[in-house]
Amino acid sequence: MGKYIEMIRVRFLMMLAYRTNYYSGILIYSINIGAYYFLWNAIYGGKGEIEGLSVIQMTTYVAVAWMARAFYFNNIDREIAQEIKEGKVAVEFIRPYHYLLMKTMQGLGEGIFRLSFFSIPGMIIVSLIFPIEFSAAFSTWMFFVIAIILSFIVNTQINLLTGVMTFFFFNNDGLIRAKRVVIDLFSGLLLPISFYPGWAQNVMDFLPFQAISYIPSMIFTEGFTGSAVWEAILFQLVWAVILILPIQALWVIAKKRLIVQGG
Amino acid sequence: MEKVIDVQSLRKDFKSHSSRSGLKGAFRDLFTRNYKVISAVKDISFTVNEGEMVGYIGENGAGKSTSIKMLTGILTPTSGIVRVNGMDPHKEREKFVRSIGVVFGQRSQLWWDIAVQESFRLLKKVYNVPDDVYNEHMNHVIESLDIGPLLDKPVRKLSLGQRMRCELAAALLHNPKLLFLDEPTIGLDVLVKLKIRNFLKEINEKYKTTILLTTHDLTDIEALCDRVVMLDEGQIIYDGELAKLRSNWGEGKQIEFQFGEQVSGEQLQPLLKELEAEWTKGDRENVWIANVVNEEHVISEVIGRVVAANRITDIKIHEISTEEIIRNIYEEGMRNG
Repeated sequence: MGKYIEMIRVRFLMMLAYRTNYYSGILIYSINIGAYYFLWNAIYGGKGEIEGLSVIQMTTYVAVAWMARAFYFNNIDREIAQEIKEGKVAVEFIRPYHYLLMKTMQGLGEGIFRLSFFSIPGMIIVSLIFPIEFSAAFSTWMFFVIAIILSFIVNTQINLLTGVMTFFFFNNDGLIRAKRVVIDLFSGLLLPISFYPGWAQNVMDFLPFQAISYIPSMIFTEGFTGSAVWEAILFQLVWAVILILPIQALWVIAKKRLIVQGG
Repeated sequence: MEKVIDVQSLRKDFKSHSSRSGLKGAFRDLFTRNYKVISAVKDISFTVNEGEMVGYIGENGAGKSTSIKMLTGILTPTSGIVRVNGMDPHKEREKFVRSIGVVFGQRSQLWWDIAVQESFRLLKKVYNVPDDVYNEHMNHVIESLDIGPLLDKPVRKLSLGQRMRCELAAALLHNPKLLFLDEPTIGLDVLVKLKIRNFLKEINEKYKTTILLTTHDLTDIEALCDRVVMLDEGQIIYDGELAKLRSNWGEGKQIEFQFGEQVSGEQLQPLLKELEAEWTKGDRENVWIANVVNEEHVISEVIGRVVAANRITDIKIHEISTEEIIRNIYEEGMRNG
């Protein structure tokens, strides 16, 4: 286990090595939150609430969704694809660890870095500029922590799945880009799931994407209360377990048919 | 003696698709594809004993890298048996890779953006090396490879020679019994090469580390290996002592004469009568080379006769280099195959 924790630390150091990315990231996220704040204000107009969310809850939802994204978001699908294309994956196979687990830990290192140097300071700045409501209840915070950990797991699993597919397609930039749009749209980052038409909501109940952004944001804004919170976390947990199967299956097949490109 | 590597009729086939020509062909490729099976390694067998340093040579595309990748468990063989350190490299991967060290000359194993010592620290955790073992072993390695001053620099800022020495140290961090080196000296200067060679000799003596070395630089092989395994088109064409290879194929010497005046082949031919020798024309004007067997009386007889009959401005005697021998073998091999 020590080696996986060490990997988190190493990724942390790597993030520090590229500080410019970090500063520009803060700027981009602030612009996004600002833009959505004004957009939603215009949509709400004089209305008190839409689909059960008040305008303040909506602003909080947007801010939290973007800040949580900083934690769960990572580029490990792109990294895996690149390592396969360049043949670097050969080096990973001669190390005594599980490649995908190591990649997950790198994602986690990145997530923790962004959460502590990016989301938390960013959230403080945003709350000074825009009216945002923080819950005082301890249980809400606790559920939120559980929810974003699970959303990290589900998002990372989807990334691993996309990344491992490079073994079969050799070049899957298109798939990676499509995945990114699908996640931003269906995870509830841009629009809460409750705003979608009924049939679309039904379809999305059978897809893992809302576990990524919609659930933690709804828990934080207290859009979910009581048993709905438990159901939402159960939903995330079930998907986290289900997604292990295709990843493991693809990984076993991929290892068998591995062709190291170049050299 | 203990067998470290045991390979029995190892084979690797690759399936690759061939593109049809033209626009029409490209459209047809969208629906059906032509597949071709290419055998990169064709039923090779060999064994390596503990403590041996073996040179594994062959032209580009001869199947060296493919077989090394099977030996290290990166690729699965199509058929055949591989036992390395008494394990199946692919089936018991995590346990197996702890017992080997690998250096790929063309790829870095260190993490590009962080200091060398951070990479070492991570590898130490990955291989579970205890502190006291690590300190004793690595202090020695760091000193012999002279990389102490490089440890706090990020890998991307190192020169190729510096990086290669760090790669070697990283591969030896867990003190493996078996070391695979895939072109470790590619693009390095003479001093760094010497340093690396001396270091490899030293660890081979100290820890009885078995080393399998692939390279295109035959001076590496000459300096380190007693035994060579030579591959051509996926098959082993020679497996044995380097010295024997030299004496079988590299018999004889070349005597290069620079004549003071214009001479012709017909003029020189009678000089070698009844001797095991023949003339070839040199690449400069008035230069002729006598290829002779490596026997004292023949060499002195040839020189005596030529010097007596012609005016000579320069004489050089060459031994046939390993490089030439290898080239001869390949040319021969291609002609026969």
